[in-house]
Amino acid sequence: MGEYAVLTGRAIRLTRRSPDALLMALVLPVLLMLVFVYFFGGAIQGTSDAYVTYVAPGVLILCAGYGASMTATTVCDDMTGGIIDRFRSMNTPGTAVLTGHVLASVVRNLVSTVIVLAVALAIGFRPGAGAGGWLAAGGILLLYLCALSWLGAAAGLLAKSPEAAGGFTFFVLFLPYPSSAFVPVETMPDWLHGFARNQPVTPVIESVRALLLDRPYGDAPWTALLWCLGVLAVALPLCAWLFRRRVA
Amino acid sequence: MSPPGQADRATGWAIEAHGLTKAYGGTRVLRGIDLRVRRGAVLALLGPNGAGKTTTVRILTTLTRPDGGRARVAGGDVVRDRAAVRGAISLTGQYAALDEEQTGEENLRMMARLRGLPARAARRRAHELLERFALTDAAGRRVGTYSGGMRRRLDIAAGLTTDPEVVFLDEPTTGLDPRSRRTMWETVGALAGAGTTVFLTTQYLEEADRLADTVAVLDRGRIIAEGSPAELKRKVAVERLDLTLASRAAYEAVDVLLGARAVHRAPAELVLGIPTDGSAGHARALLDELDPAGELIARFAVHGATLDDVFLELTHG
Ligand SMILES: Nc1ncnc2c1ncn2[C@@H]1O[C@H](COP(=O)(O)OP(=O)(O)OP(=O)(O)O)[C@@H](O)[C@H]1O
Ligand SMILES: [Mg+2]
Repeated sequence: MGEYAVLTGRAIRLTRRSPDALLMALVLPVLLMLVFVYFFGGAIQGTSDAYVTYVAPGVLILCAGYGASMTATTVCDDMTGGIIDRFRSMNTPGTAVLTGHVLASVVRNLVSTVIVLAVALAIGFRPGAGAGGWLAAGGILLLYLCALSWLGAAAGLLAKSPEAAGGFTFFVLFLPYPSSAFVPVETMPDWLHGFARNQPVTPVIESVRALLLDRPYGDAPWTALLWCLGVLAVALPLCAWLFRRRVA
Repeated sequence: MSPPGQADRATGWAIEAHGLTKAYGGTRVLRGIDLRVRRGAVLALLGPNGAGKTTTVRILTTLTRPDGGRARVAGGDVVRDRAAVRGAISLTGQYAALDEEQTGEENLRMMARLRGLPARAARRRAHELLERFALTDAAGRRVGTYSGGMRRRLDIAAGLTTDPEVVFLDEPTTGLDPRSRRTMWETVGALAGAGTTVFLTTQYLEEADRLADTVAVLDRGRIIAEGSPAELKRKVAVERLDLTLASRAAYEAVDVLLGARAVHRAPAELVLGIPTDGSAGHARALLDELDPAGELIARFAVHGATLDDVFLELTHG
């Protein structure tokens, strides 16, 4: 078990020391939030005050997903450098290396989530949730982070170069746009409705938003839960398989 | 940790490989490698780019499965007893296996922890190694700022956090300047002196000669020569005396005299090459024998054999 702690500590240290990762994980989310609220907010809902409350959960999800997907790059860095051979020659299990990156990703994104929340509250985000709502929303967010981080790890194992692994980040960054993260689905063109309503990010956003604003959430949390567990159920064995294939 | 070294203590072999083969796609990279290294000995695997050195090291260090053949390292089978073998060896690969964003000390402590040392012992071990590899001053700097030589030293130190029985070094001196190379040689010498078995690969004959008890020459996936450096030199002309003859007639006359002794013939330039030990005595005796009147041979030059010459000679022979 010691290996897991050592390698998680390592991955966190590597993140802290990579300036672009830090910038992406901590500064970009806040910038995005400000852009949405002040540049688009007025146009979308008339007042930026009401819009911040609508959009803050969306930005949270966007940033969480984006940051988590950066696991693809960190994993790919390890796989393409010589260090994975050294770890293997020391009998360090591959899962410990991957888990280290995933846990570092979760920690990194919890920090950025807290920052985004703080900024959102400062500029007028008024969630009405009680302790239960916060806890449930936090749980879903955490699960979403884990699922995307493991999916990112799989992408990192699949990619031939860290640059290629970066492509996964863009895919994940784009996914929240055709969802209800920033504007209600009804305002989108008809042909997008089917996708926007049924893609995984929508139930995650819907449930986090409803829980934080203390509104009726219907079955969104359960759908979100299913999606996240489903992604994990695919990503974990996929990682194990890809790792074995990669080092064979 | 269970001692995986029991069996080899009985046989005296730290590494035993029989008929290792490996193909990538349709390319046969290894075509039946047989090797044996005694406990505490240094083996140099000598070969040009693409010969299969790294592939051999990867198989012996359990990272790659051979397609055929068997190998035992430190008493364990590299396929069946992977964990035991890994516990008894260390690998410093051809390319640096360090975190550029961690300091030298952090890298060493991480490796020591992964080897199972508790935090405090890991720190102590890291400091010892930094001292031993003259890296104490750079201990707190990120590896990204290290020079090539420092990085290589740290890379080797990282393999020694627990005293391994067998140390694998894949081209430990490639890309180093002469002084760093010398330091590396001393390091390998010290390891061997302490009884560690060392398996290293190199492209330099001089290095193999200098460090190894046994040299194995690998060419296109086959061991084409093996023996002590002295044996190999006897088999292969390490140095050659090149005679430039005065005329075509002189060339032909001397060629006949030399017969099979000539290992190099360049009729266009009127040059004949003979193996030599490079001593004045040998050159004088040869000149006296071939050209007692001092009329046939215009010039001579001692030609230090390069690895290329060794290969040409071995593959022709
Ligand atoms: N994973 C792989 N997939 C495909 N081909 C490979 C792989 N690994 C090695 N090869 C091929 O096997 C041959 C031998 O490679 P190897 O790395 O063992 O040589 P080497 O002696 O270490 O060379 P160098 O001195 O350049 O390091 C090369 O032709 C190489 O392209
Ligand atoms: Mg190589």
